[in-house]
Amino acid sequence: MNGTWQPTASIAVLRERARLLAATRAFFARHGVLEVTTPVLGRSGPRDVHLSLVEARFPGRQDATWYLQPSPESAMKRLLAAGSGPIFQIGPAFRAGERGVRHNPEFTMLEWYRPGFTLAQLADEVDALLGELLALAPARRVRYRDVFQAQVGLDPMSAANVELAAAAQRAGLRAHAPTDRDELLDLLFSHGVEPALGPGAVHVTQFPASQAAMARVADGVAQRLEVYLNGVELANGYEELTDAAEQRRRFDEQDAARAARALPRPPLDEELLAALEHGMPPGCGIALGMDRLVMLATGAHSIDEVIAFPLERA
Amino acid sequence: MASYNTSEFKSGLKIMMDGDPCAIVENEFVKPGKGQAFSRVRFRNLKTGRVIERTFKSGDSVEAADVMDSELQYLYSDGEMWHFMNPSSYEQVAADAAAVGDSARWLKEQDMCTVTLWNGAPLSVSPPNFVVLTITQTDPGVRGDTASGATKPATVETGAQIKVPLFVELGERVRIDTRTGEYVSRVK
Repeated sequence: MNGTWQPTASIAVLRERARLLAATRAFFARHGVLEVTTPVLGRSGPRDVHLSLVEARFPGRQDATWYLQPSPESAMKRLLAAGSGPIFQIGPAFRAGERGVRHNPEFTMLEWYRPGFTLAQLADEVDALLGELLALAPARRVRYRDVFQAQVGLDPMSAANVELAAAAQRAGLRAHAPTDRDELLDLLFSHGVEPALGPGAVHVTQFPASQAAMARVADGVAQRLEVYLNGVELANGYEELTDAAEQRRRFDEQDAARAARALPRPPLDEELLAALEHGMPPGCGIALGMDRLVMLATGAHSIDEVIAFPLERA
Repeated sequence: MASYNTSEFKSGLKIMMDGDPCAIVENEFVKPGKGQAFSRVRFRNLKTGRVIERTFKSGDSVEAADVMDSELQYLYSDGEMWHFMNPSSYEQVAADAAAVGDSARWLKEQDMCTVTLWNGAPLSVSPPNFVVLTITQTDPGVRGDTASGATKPATVETGAQIKVPLFVELGERVRIDTRTGEYVSRVK
């Protein structure tokens, strides 16, 4: 590439990106979903141990740390509790420490919420959206347990940690002292199952209960939907947790996990809990990586090809 | 010994893996939206030459390998070891047949070579890309046959066997591409 003042995405790709953004907005307008804009700066942030939050400060106010949101989830749920009805947002999301061929620490998230929808209805809407944007056929729908078993040869719901660890070892995957079941499942799924999902759109549902922080758990299974396109993770959706007490319990659990790993501990998201206590209508929500969508639409190999200025040129 | 964190992984980095010095060929960041981040790394074992793939948790560290390339002058071989010297410090190192490998065919006294040192001991030797060697054995060519693409076998001063055009004669010096083992041109 020439001077670093130049974008890493070609103008042609930026035009296609703009077309996809406009088409997305048109889709939701037609489907009666309201576009909202919520703050990127927040007083707290998700406590997921695998998320590293970008922090910000106001000059002169050294006491308060602000967090750049890794997704607009918290604010959008507050809007739902306030009676917004179905809403969507396309905006920047921030995750520190995530840089690679498909990751930039600042990326664009499409997130939308459907009060009253089941996960199956949400899956249908994802099919409709991708069908319009990318002329894709409806996704192949599979269960986590089935694809895991087919690729790894173990039942993810019942296999012992030592068996999972042995499978990881056989696949040449190095997991330090693998006592963490979730780590083993992540490792085996992302390394063994995802690459084998094949071309086209695939919806994976019925995740193990331990694998979703903000989702409802029913019948021991997390009500979660993962959308893959050509083996690349595109979107992550849930039947949303509406129980304030359960949500608070999970936030506390995550805080303890962060403390145990000496990670920064963002304050409790009191506003979201208050909104849940007031009452959020049951339904589903989903977050989709727009840059990945543009990559898949344009055949790009790297996220740099679809972002004007990735981190190194920001 | 120093160590590297997965966030520092990049192509060319020298690390220790299972007791062998290795060089990273490719490093891929893998992270599901809600889950642990990993680095999927492909690296070449500098002793065996094999390329292996391994996955590390983000934040893991590996031991750095004390592997360095240095430009050393080839002195001589006593049949068992090949001796090189650092032209500025006059320090000498001896490389065994395993380290020298195929480059033994092209080593000419006083040529500068790239010697990869691991903990100060030779791990592998690379000759210069081009060497000039004298033909020590070949059949006479057909007089005037400068146009045909035909070649004949020849031996050079190091003992290596190459193919040369028919017009190349005994005692002439030729330039050879050591990466392919092919004749490039005659040298006056």
